[in-house]
Amino acid sequence: MQQNAPSSEPIVSLHNVQKSFGALRVLDGVSFAVARGEVLALIGRSGSGKSTALRCIDRFEKVDGGQIVVCGHRVDRPDVNLRALRQDVGIVFQSYNLFPHLTIEQNITLAPCAVKGMATSQAKDLARKVLAQVGLDEKLHAYPEQLSGGQQQRAAIARSLAMQPKVMLFDEVTSALDPELTGEVLKVIEQLAADGMTMVMVTHEMGFAKGIADRIVFMHRGKVHETGPASILTSPTTPELTQFVGTGNLKS
Amino acid sequence: MGGHLNINHLMFLGQGALWTIGLSLIALIGGGIVGFVIALARISPLKSVRLASAIYVQLIQGTPLLVILFLGYFGIAAIGLKVSPLVAAGASLTLYVAAYLGEIWRGCIQSVPKPQWEAAEGLALSRTQRMVKVILPQAIRIATPPTVGFMVQIIKNTSLASVVGFVELMRSGQIVNNSLFEPFAIYAIIAVTYFAMCYPLSLFSQRLERRMGRGRSNLAPA
Ligand SMILES: Nc1ncnc2c1ncn2[C@@H]1O[C@H](COP(=O)(O)OP(=O)(O)O)[C@@H](O)[C@H]1O
Ligand SMILES: [Mg+2]
Repeated sequence: MQQNAPSSEPIVSLHNVQKSFGALRVLDGVSFAVARGEVLALIGRSGSGKSTALRCIDRFEKVDGGQIVVCGHRVDRPDVNLRALRQDVGIVFQSYNLFPHLTIEQNITLAPCAVKGMATSQAKDLARKVLAQVGLDEKLHAYPEQLSGGQQQRAAIARSLAMQPKVMLFDEVTSALDPELTGEVLKVIEQLAADGMTMVMVTHEMGFAKGIADRIVFMHRGKVHETGPASILTSPTTPELTQFVGTGNLKS
Repeated sequence: MGGHLNINHLMFLGQGALWTIGLSLIALIGGGIVGFVIALARISPLKSVRLASAIYVQLIQGTPLLVILFLGYFGIAAIGLKVSPLVAAGASLTLYVAAYLGEIWRGCIQSVPKPQWEAAEGLALSRTQRMVKVILPQAIRIATPPTVGFMVQIIKNTSLASVVGFVELMRSGQIVNNSLFEPFAIYAIIAVTYFAMCYPLSLFSQRLERRMGRGRSNLAPA
């Protein structure tokens, strides 16, 4: 298994991916690739298959057909090394999913200690570092319930960062937040992009996608309907994307 | 013995009460250990393990404890082993309690929201690590009130062990009554003693449940 793909090779690539839930075909030949350091925004109507595509990348869903390669791991194969894959991929969910019985520090140090065998003191230093990165240094010893939604989501991002992933997946990470808390989370993601993190994000924040994404993938009925640089959001070519960005989604 | 209820009778009843507590602890610890294994087996990734544990639970839950006690006592004797009433009662209660605690705990483990599993999985934790470090600590909080509540059932159910000759509180009451023939007074004492053992646990369980109810947000992701 090649861990260090040459930089010309994409970090994430999907080729003709098929996925059905029962009779419902959710992904119908989805292909896209993400190069190192690239930010890809997955957009589209609710139910178009964005979350499913993202979850397939981290093997939370098994594909029915097609190919997925992530950091050299053949994710579509049954023999994929899941723990190796998930050390290379960080995923952040809409509902944060911090562990409620652990402090923020413990949430962050858990995986580096348990998975990578990192020493506790080293992991604590790391926790401080990643929390500073998301602007939460003072919340080290708080429990998740003591934090606002925006803070919890930033802590969840920090927890993911502590595993030093090669690519980060974000699934509508601001959708559960009040508008005034959205900004603080988006700022953190912006900084990650500026630092060169490879990212795939599902988002409804069109203004944000336009500002940060190197590439847009517009999904419609389980297919990649239109794709291109962020400029396609202002000058879409398909009627579906035109309608999608026209329905008040393009706010900044 | 004979004559009027005296201090010796009360001492004898007290000793029976201690054995009730002892047998309850054996049932709780033995049943807890086996029950924990049952709970894990019920959610095993292996279908055969899930099936076997489900059959066990159904069999035990579909059999009266009295029958299990007789089977334990006379069944073991039938295969040529001589066991004391304590061992027979302890083993039977362990099997019985395990089926119920296993089901209670399986439910608690499964009531930890699925996204918690996924978040742990996304961090590359192994199945065992996910269970031990993420799921069980949350499941234990959920499981505490119903488990304490079930302990009341265990204490009361140990009275059935009297049928295989184990001298716990109930049996010691019968013995005292056989010599005094004052059934109402003696069984009233026994009832009060059971109540004194069970009521604090019931109260404690209710208190825990109320506290959990208030702190529900501790357990569910927003
Ligand atoms: N686990 C599942 N079981 C059955 N259907 C599902 C499951 N996950 C998603 N779906 C269905 O697949 C479709 C696409 O879902 P999703 O990928 O979540 O869309 P999006 O993220 O674009 O809103 C929806 O119709 C959804 O109901
Ligand atoms: Mg979605």
